[in-house]
Amino acid sequence: MTGAAMTGAAMTGAPMTGGTPSQTVGPYLSIGLSWDEGPHVVAADAPGAIWLRGVVRDGNGALIPDALVETWQADPEGRFHAAGFRGLGRCATDDDGRYGIRTVKPGVVEGQAPHIDVSVLARGLLHRVVTRVYFSDEPAANESDKVLAQVPADRRGTLIAEQAPDGYRFDITLQGQDETVFFAV
Amino acid sequence: MTSAHPPLLSPGYKSTILRAPQQAPILLPHSLTELTGPVLGEGPVAAGDADLTLDGSGEAQGQRIVVHGQVRDSDGRPVPDALVEVWQANAAGRYLHKWDRHDAPLDPHFTGVGRSVTDAQGMYRFVTVKPGAYPWGNHPNAWRPAHIHFSLFGRAFTQRLVTQMYFPDDPLFQYDPIYNSVPEFARARMVAGFDLSATVESWALGFRFDIVLTGAAATPMETR
Repeated sequence: MTGAAMTGAAMTGAPMTGGTPSQTVGPYLSIGLSWDEGPHVVAADAPGAIWLRGVVRDGNGALIPDALVETWQADPEGRFHAAGFRGLGRCATDDDGRYGIRTVKPGVVEGQAPHIDVSVLARGLLHRVVTRVYFSDEPAANESDKVLAQVPADRRGTLIAEQAPDGYRFDITLQGQDETVFFAV
Repeated sequence: MTSAHPPLLSPGYKSTILRAPQQAPILLPHSLTELTGPVLGEGPVAAGDADLTLDGSGEAQGQRIVVHGQVRDSDGRPVPDALVEVWQANAAGRYLHKWDRHDAPLDPHFTGVGRSVTDAQGMYRFVTVKPGAYPWGNHPNAWRPAHIHFSLFGRAFTQRLVTQMYFPDDPLFQYDPIYNSVPEFARARMVAGFDLSATVESWALGFRFDIVLTGAAATPMETR
């Protein structure tokens, strides 16, 4: 299905000329990209609602107060675009570099371990960086996941969200020791 | 393929030095998670969101402009129903943000935030005022060229784009490390064109800014 879903230039291998270049969101992203309901993928009383929380750090370990974390995921049955399920979460970091997104754990998509795709945007990032959230309580599924298998074992842990009192914790380190694994999409 | 995107590490833009990842990204094979994306429609958009000059209590100050354009994919197909979000400084070069300490006046009738959804032909249209240039602390006597921030989702996670739209013939281009972080061949793609056909006589100047989103996407049939 992945092959069939590729279209046009991507399928023929022709260069994708003409793309608009990316630019940083800058320091004032929160005025343009904050939504009241942005961090709420699901309602507070949704079955299985969890909080995915963490911080975003720079290469010195400093907390980043002008970043945006965006999530995209399947619903618990592994479906996209199911009625009533937005699938998108977005949260600007606060003055202490923290974000939080209320969502549900996604189901299996095409045989992969449950995962959430994440875009991180910030002042100082000239284009978004992309990572994935996996879940620490899915060791068997993670073990057989084809994407995780491509990640060097000593860096795989940066993609695993740990269980927390109200959900999971997933910290993002943009640079340096413990740098989060980022993907080219 | 030569990317039009800037390298993450562009030392002239100092904030990249501690924020650009140092490890090479790992190629993510596309699954449905990447080939789909949010279908937001009009949900996040309220009436009047595409007109930044009216806040309900009065009219923004500055040169009134119309900014419009088409959102396309890399095959040249229009992208309909795409959410376009914009934010910008006011005409004096000041953002309505607690960290903006530039000594320029705030405008009580300008928040600088707009939203719109593309129509069936992929077209969007905003009414706003031309943002001012403003100083920033990147290097001595640093000024950002006037710009409007644009954010788009496109059809798929692969197509997510945030960029900045600039105005033609800005004398600050040559001094701006953010504009110049982009490979030279692609910089002009970030510059709107003056568009007389979008100009509204006796009322507002018109500019056209087309946006091309690269990246593969699933067709709607494949997402269920």
